Amino acid sequence: MVSFLFKRLLQSFVVMITVALIAFSMFRFVGDPINNMVGQDTTQQEREELREKLGLNDPFLVQFGRFTLNAAQGDFGLSYKYRVPVSEMIFERMPATLELAFVSAIIALFFGIPLGVYTALKRKGILSKFIMTMSLVGVSLPTFLTGILLILLFGVMLRWLPTFGRGDVIEIGSWTTGFLTVSGLKSLILPSITLALFQLTLIMRLVRAEMLEVLRTDFVKFAKARGLPDRAVHFKHALKNTLVPVITITGLQLGSLIAFAIITESVFQWPGMGLMFIQAISDVDIPVMAAYLVLIAFFFVVINMIVDLLYYAVDPRLRADNE
Amino acid sequence: MDLLSIKNLEIEFPSRRGTVVAVNDVNLTVQPGEVLGVVGESGAGKSTIGNAVIGLLEPPGRMSGGEVYLKGEQINNLSSEEKRKIRGRRIGMIFQDPLTSLDPLQTVEQQLVETIELHLKLGEAKAKERAIDLLHQVGIPNPELRVKHYPHQFSGGMRQRVVIALALCAEPEVIIADEPTTALDVSIQAQILELMRKLCQEKQVGMLIITHDMGVIADITDRVAVMYRGNLVEEGTTQKILGNPDHPYTKSLISAVPRPDIRLKRFPMVDYIEKEEDRKKLLDISTHWLGQARDFDAVEGPLVEVEDLVMTFVTKPAFLKKNRQTFNAVNGVSFEIRQGEVFGLVGESGSGKSTVARMISGLYKPAKGAVKFGGTNLTEIKSEKELDYFRRQMQMIFQDPFSSLNGRMRVMDIVAEPIRFHKLTSSNAETEGIVMDLLEHVGLGRQAAVRFPHEFSGGQRQRISIARALATRPRFLICDEPTSALDVSIQAQILNLLKDLQEELGLTMLFISHDLPVIRQMCDRVGVMKMGELVEVTETEKLFTAPEAPYSQELLSLMPKLDNLSQQGLQVEGA
Repeated sequence: MVSFLFKRLLQSFVVMITVALIAFSMFRFVGDPINNMVGQDTTQQEREELREKLGLNDPFLVQFGRFTLNAAQGDFGLSYKYRVPVSEMIFERMPATLELAFVSAIIALFFGIPLGVYTALKRKGILSKFIMTMSLVGVSLPTFLTGILLILLFGVMLRWLPTFGRGDVIEIGSWTTGFLTVSGLKSLILPSITLALFQLTLIMRLVRAEMLEVLRTDFVKFAKARGLPDRAVHFKHALKNTLVPVITITGLQLGSLIAFAIITESVFQWPGMGLMFIQAISDVDIPVMAAYLVLIAFFFVVINMIVDLLYYAVDPRLRADNE
Repeated sequence: MDLLSIKNLEIEFPSRRGTVVAVNDVNLTVQPGEVLGVVGESGAGKSTIGNAVIGLLEPPGRMSGGEVYLKGEQINNLSSEEKRKIRGRRIGMIFQDPLTSLDPLQTVEQQLVETIELHLKLGEAKAKERAIDLLHQVGIPNPELRVKHYPHQFSGGMRQRVVIALALCAEPEVIIADEPTTALDVSIQAQILELMRKLCQEKQVGMLIITHDMGVIADITDRVAVMYRGNLVEEGTTQKILGNPDHPYTKSLISAVPRPDIRLKRFPMVDYIEKEEDRKKLLDISTHWLGQARDFDAVEGPLVEVEDLVMTFVTKPAFLKKNRQTFNAVNGVSFEIRQGEVFGLVGESGSGKSTVARMISGLYKPAKGAVKFGGTNLTEIKSEKELDYFRRQMQMIFQDPFSSLNGRMRVMDIVAEPIRFHKLTSSNAETEGIVMDLLEHVGLGRQAAVRFPHEFSGGQRQRISIARALATRPRFLICDEPTSALDVSIQAQILNLLKDLQEELGLTMLFISHDLPVIRQMCDRVGVMKMGELVEVTETEKLFTAPEAPYSQELLSLMPKLDNLSQQGLQVEGA
C-alpha cells in the first residue's frame, strides 16, 4: 500500500513537471515577454535592463527551475494585462468554478446512477426505452446549444431564472459562495444543469452497460438460486460490482467538469476560471494561461489519485495483491 | 411419495426462427438420500431441467408443459415470490464454476449470514455461529478465521466447498448440482464428490447431479438418466447404464469415453451424433505435397531434448531486484522426445505443463536451461530468420477452439497463413489447392474454406486448428489440451483424427492433458508433472500398471473408476 502510494506520487510528480515544462515553454515561444510588458517608447537599454532584472538572460534550466519553484508555491507572476498577481486572480475565480462543477457532479451522479440501474433492470420497458432515447439526445447535443436553449426557455420566455452571472455571493474568509443566497442558488440552476447533462447521460449509460454485464454473471445467478430477494441481488451484489468502472469514469469526468466548464461559463457569463482563461487567450496573457494549465493538470492528478485509493476501498482483491 | 418428481416436462425457447424445444417430455424422480445423475452432451437440455425446477429459466425460455412436485406438492405453478421462498430454503443449487459463483466484493461470512438470516430467521450472532459451523461441515480448516476472508483468498476447491456451504444454509431437501466438479482438478474433484455423497446420506437429501462426465457418474450416482437433444433416451441404475446400455446413443456415448483400463486402437462407434467423415485415403499422402519429402535435416537421436528448463514468473514486482518475489512455474525439467513418438505430459492445473510447451515452441523464453530441436539449441539462436526454419517444423494446437482462431478471417486465409508466411509454395493457386486438400483431409470438406470460424462447432474449429498446424508440413506437433473443451464424442473423433494423422505423416507429438485416460489412449511415453517439477518419465503402459513416483500413484488412485464400462465393439491395441 505504501509502496503503491509512493509510486503514484512519483508518477504524479513526473506529470506535473511535464505540464510545467509545457506551460513554461509558452513564455519562450509565444512572443517576447518584454514586448508584451513595455510600451513602444521604451529604449533598447531599458529593455535590456528589464530583461536582466527578470532573469530572462539566464540559462534555460535555471529559468525553468525558478518557474517551477515559484509555481509550486503558488506564484505564477504578474498578469500582463491586469498587472496583478495571477494567483490572486485565480483564487478569486476558483470558488465560482468549483461550486459549479460540484453541483453538476452531484446532479450527474444523483440522477445518472439510479437511471442507469433502472434502465438495466427494466430493459424492455417503455419508460427505459424512452430514457435511453433521451440520453442519446443528451450525449449528442453540444453544451452551448443546451445552454442557449435553457436560457431561451427559462430565462427569456418563462422568466423564472437568471441567465447570467452568479447572483449575490457571500464571502466566507477568502472564499465567495453562492450557496447561501436565493439569487446565488437560482443562478446555479441553469449552468449546472447544462454542464451536468452530458456527464449524467454518460454515467447512466455506463452504469446500465455494467449492470447488464454483472447481471449475467454466475454469482448473481447463484444469489438468485439461494432465494435472495431481487432487491438484495440487484443492489447489494450487482450494483456494488459495477462501481469500479463507474468510479474511474466519474473521477475523470469530474476533472473535465472543472477543466471544460469554459463553454458553459462563456454561455452563462459565469465569473469562473474558464471565462478568465478565454479572456486570457484573447489578450495573450501568458502567465494566466500557464497558471491555468498547471492548475487543471494538478486537479486531474489529485482526482486520479483519489480514484485509485477508492478502488482499494471498494475492491478487496486489490488490497490483497499489495499486502 | 417421491421427494422430487418431474412429470412430462417440456421446455421451449421461442426465437425468431421458430420455437426450439430444449426439453421434451422428461420424467424424473429423486428419493431422499439418493443421487440421480443426468448425463448428456452440450445442448442436450440437462442444465435447462435444473433451472426449470428452481424456477430460474433464462428468458425467453419457458415451461410449456409438465409438472414439478416437491414432496407431492406442485411447485411449478407457484407465484414467483413463492418460488423464491423455495429456492435456497427447500431446493439448494450448486453451479459449475466456483471462481465466479461468489460475489467477489463480500466476505464469505457476509454471504453466508445474508442467506441464513433470510431463510432461518436467526439473529445475527446465531447466524454467524451457523456460518462457521457450515464451513466446518464442508471441511474448511480453521473456519473461525476463514469466514472473514474474501472469495479470492480461497483456492478453487475451497471455494466450491463455500458454494456447497451456501447451498446447505437452510438444510434444503433437494440439491441440484450443475457440473459441480467440472472446473476442478481430479484430486479436488474426488474430495468434493465424497463430501457431497456424505452430506447426501447424513442429511437424507435428494441430489440431482447434472454432468457430462462419465467419471463423476460412476463415482457418485445411484441412478442415471441419459439425455440426448432434449429427450430422455434411457434411465436406470448406474451399473446397468454404464455396463450394459440399451439405447444406441448411450452405447455410442460410453464407447467414446476414454478408458483408463485398456488402450484402444481407435475410439469406436462415435458416429451416432455426427457422422464421422469417411476419410479413408482421401489423399494419397505419399504423392501429395503434404507428405512429400520435406527439406529438413535428418536427425539422429531424439527430436526434442529439454534440459534443465526453468521458468520464473514475478509474483510481486518491485523496483529493486531483491524486493521482487518470484515463483518458478517450471523448475529444472529435463526430458527427451524420440522421433515419431507421442510424448505425454500430465499433471494438475498449475503444474507447469503448458509452460513447458510454450517454452519449447518459443512463446516463453526460459529463465534457464536449453531446448534442443534435432540437436540444435534453440535458446541460443538470435536471428529471427534462423528461428523461422525451426518454427516451421513445430506447430501448436491450443485448448480453446473459440479463441485460437481469428474470427475476422475466412478459414481459407487462416489455414493458408502459415504457408504464405513461410513461402512454401510458388503460387497462390497452389496454396489454395493445398488448403482445400487439407480441409478435406481433416474431415471438414472444401466448402469450409469460404466460411468464418463462428459458423463452426467446437469440434469443427479444432479441426481447422489442426489443418492450420499441418499447413507448414511440420514434423513436431504440440497439442496443449486439444480436447478439454469438447464433448466426449467429439473428443473421440478429434483424438482419432490426431492418431491417424500422426501415423500417416510420421509426426512426433507432445501431448499435454490433465486427463489420464486420454493420455493412456494417445501417448507412447509420458511425463508426470507436479508443481513445476517432473516426478516421473516412463512408458505409458508402465505408468498405468506400475507407477513408481508416489505422486503418480496418488493421481492414478484418484482417477474415477470406470471398471464396469461396457466393452461392446472395442478394439484393444495390440489385440
